[in-house]
Amino acid sequence: MKRLRHLHIVYMALLIVGIQVVTSATDTAYFLTQLTMSAYYSLIIIGLSLVMGYAGQISIGHAGFFAIGGYLSAFLTTYNLLPYQETGIVAFLSNAGLLVFSQDIYGTDLLTVHPWCAFISAIILTTSIAYVIGRPVLKLKGHYLAMATLGFGIIIFRIVLGSSYFGEADGLSDVPGFPLIGGVEISGNMSARIVNYYIAWGLVIIGMVLLLNLVKSRVGRALRSIHGSEDAAKAMGVDAAKYKLHTFVLSAVFAAVAGVMLTHYNGGIGPSEASVMKSVRYVAIVAIGGMANLWGALIMGSVLNFLSLRGYFGSMDDAVFGSILIIIMLFAPQGILRKGILKDLRNKLTGNPEVKQS
Amino acid sequence: MTLELLFQYLVAGITYGIIYAIVAIGFNIIYNTTGIINFAQGEFVMLGGMTAVTLNTFMPVPLAIVAAVLITMIIGALIEIIFIRWLDNPTVLRMIIITIGLSILIREVALHVWDEKVRALPYFSGTATSSISIKGVYISPQVLWVIGICTLIVIILNFFFSHTLLGRQMRACSSNRKAARLCGISVQNMVTLSFVLSAGIGALAGCIVSPITYIQYDSGTGLAIKGFTVAILGGLGNSMAAVAAGLILGVLESFSIWILPTAYKDAISISILLLILFVRPGGLFGSREALSLKEF
Amino acid sequence: MAFFEVHNLSRSFGGLKAVSNVSFTVTKNTVKSIIGPNGAGKTTLFNLISGFLPPDEGSVTLETRQLEDLSPDKIAGHGVSRTFQNLKLFHGMTALENVMIGRHTHSRSGFLSGMLSLPWTWVEEKAIVKDSLEVMDFFGIAHLADSEATSLAYGQQRVVELARAMACKPDLLLLDEPAAGLNMKETAEMGKLICKIRDKGVTVLLVEHDMSLVMNISDEILVLSYGEKIAEDSPLAIQQDKEVIRVYLGEDDA
Repeated sequence: MKRLRHLHIVYMALLIVGIQVVTSATDTAYFLTQLTMSAYYSLIIIGLSLVMGYAGQISIGHAGFFAIGGYLSAFLTTYNLLPYQETGIVAFLSNAGLLVFSQDIYGTDLLTVHPWCAFISAIILTTSIAYVIGRPVLKLKGHYLAMATLGFGIIIFRIVLGSSYFGEADGLSDVPGFPLIGGVEISGNMSARIVNYYIAWGLVIIGMVLLLNLVKSRVGRALRSIHGSEDAAKAMGVDAAKYKLHTFVLSAVFAAVAGVMLTHYNGGIGPSEASVMKSVRYVAIVAIGGMANLWGALIMGSVLNFLSLRGYFGSMDDAVFGSILIIIMLFAPQGILRKGILKDLRNKLTGNPEVKQS
Repeated sequence: MTLELLFQYLVAGITYGIIYAIVAIGFNIIYNTTGIINFAQGEFVMLGGMTAVTLNTFMPVPLAIVAAVLITMIIGALIEIIFIRWLDNPTVLRMIIITIGLSILIREVALHVWDEKVRALPYFSGTATSSISIKGVYISPQVLWVIGICTLIVIILNFFFSHTLLGRQMRACSSNRKAARLCGISVQNMVTLSFVLSAGIGALAGCIVSPITYIQYDSGTGLAIKGFTVAILGGLGNSMAAVAAGLILGVLESFSIWILPTAYKDAISISILLLILFVRPGGLFGSREALSLKEF
Repeated sequence: MAFFEVHNLSRSFGGLKAVSNVSFTVTKNTVKSIIGPNGAGKTTLFNLISGFLPPDEGSVTLETRQLEDLSPDKIAGHGVSRTFQNLKLFHGMTALENVMIGRHTHSRSGFLSGMLSLPWTWVEEKAIVKDSLEVMDFFGIAHLADSEATSLAYGQQRVVELARAMACKPDLLLLDEPAAGLNMKETAEMGKLICKIRDKGVTVLLVEHDMSLVMNISDEILVLSYGEKIAEDSPLAIQQDKEVIRVYLGEDDA
């Protein structure tokens, strides 16, 4: 089992390299930009897949966590602290080396928070919010849970849309690159396109390995047991509330990391990233990949996001995801990327009684 | 703050509140017969309003409203027949996702039919600037229309559910589906009927409110959230309590403008929604006893 | 001090007193059965003891541990394990995985160590598999380890549930109608398994309708009617108790 798990990761790595080589050889390297972006979106998707498939909870507010990460990072790395240079806390941060001096394109001096520092703040904030919101929210079930997470998403959307600090309808721009070791940075710089492609997919691989390990571990088993029968799980000593909460927080962190990185890559973030439609889209992708199926979620996440980002769905973008949701939920509520889907389909077409669906 | 201004805010609050209550009742009707929260409820409101505006270009307002309500009712029936009726014992998660998908589709279709322009029906009587003075307080006649029609809807619905055979049959489905079926009630038809009723009420709400608030293709979501907040506040399934809850939310929202910028007006109602879900998911008026036996 | 003691436990739903002022003790290493007509409050009593329902008043004590205010998972951690009247196996998981959940309270790998797949978690995982297989072997179902639990025959599912509960290595085992839905032969088998469990040093509290099973394996019997304790004695004495006979026959006639 373990070997198989790692074999899939190897295949995935080979595919990633293969795509890069092919695009370079055929002069279609521009595809890499959207592929990089869909990698970051896939990070949210696999996290959400854990929440929906393994912990059995729906969240129609994950774009909110993405936005918290992205916006906080963008705000901290672009907000000019120079006027406050002498005030206590700013001076302290500056002395501690957490701030950086730079110049914008007009030559204005800027004093901003270091990207790494912003990244860590974003993760801490997201984790705290996910904990605070998750504790009461996850006590709810069904419609109540769906509405509560939806409500959370809308509040975040309203805040970023209504607050001048977050640029209102324009969002934030001029976000600097995110420096990694050896002068490499996460940015939309054309010359760094291939590097960034590998960084993004490298992160996805790390995320996948972590989650695949988790699913196979004692925690993963406990999560599946909660999904199977919550009462029995509790009777066996599984603290269902705690496990659900931790899963929720973990997926929120995945979303926030994706938010931070994509914001640095794009050089900015806009309020549409926090919209309800984005959250619904993530749910749709997880549903089509098959709820408790990380690989399905990953494949669908990268393919559909790539197609959407390339503009293949045109002005029907939202309609496509809406239709996907309905069709999948009507005909294949367990997703399409799984064994036995063909058999089910045949049964359905020939009118055989349906296999038990959950 | 003068007394007159206070009164103005109050009237505005009541106007919106009663609209929220009507949307909430739409939720409740479907919830009561099926146990489903129809996330596309707000889209019925939008469809009703938009259709009436379009029809109004070649027929008088009252006729346009009647036709729009009928058309939306047919759409409601079609949705139930095409997407819901044949599902065999679907899970709640599945139903949530399907109705969310439907709401997106309806919205997208509306966008392609009506584009992004904001529209409104003309005022039912007078114009946007005409007003009636009641003891020195000026209110728009449309406000009286809204309050009047909504009150009428509530009274008629109440009569329908408690004094007519059909209404009682629908209620029977909600309290015990199996027993209702054994009594010879066609549960499936009742469910279709609940979608039709709910769509009609939503559409009517969309028509009467459009002169004041204006509507566009995506107005549904906001109204649906408010309506749902009100439904929860009153206790899911309890339509009379929804009216009280609607008025509370409407007035609260209206007065919130004093302390917060208008941009956050929506955030207020959603915060109330979250708060009530966390603290008393059975609603303000649900009894503790009943709460302890319910699953949220 | 009794090994397990329930004192003045009460719980009502609305005006209905489902369990009212019930007190009893269980001696270590014995089987105690709770019987009574339908609606006597037996399952409610179980749910109160295992933490699925909070009691209105009263106390539950296992040795020195107060259990009445704890959540089900904490109570399980304190050595009380239970089965359910209508089987609650985890669907989509094999019989072995079901039993492995029983080892949950005795292992500790968490989110971080699980995600990083730290070497000590492999050791722990191996131990969980080994312990679980041992328990399954004890109940004679080791050969079913890799079958999906919910696809097994009904009688086998009952045994898997029993094995899962025993994998917790409980001090007290609560069995809620373990023979429900079993035929006579399977019921007799179940009786033997319960005795085997007691012989291992586990104290058993049992709710059961099958009188032959109850009379065969119980050391003591508690009779409930309308939420109240009406008798508590040895099986032989219970069979002769006038009040018990009246309650049962009256119920049967109705």
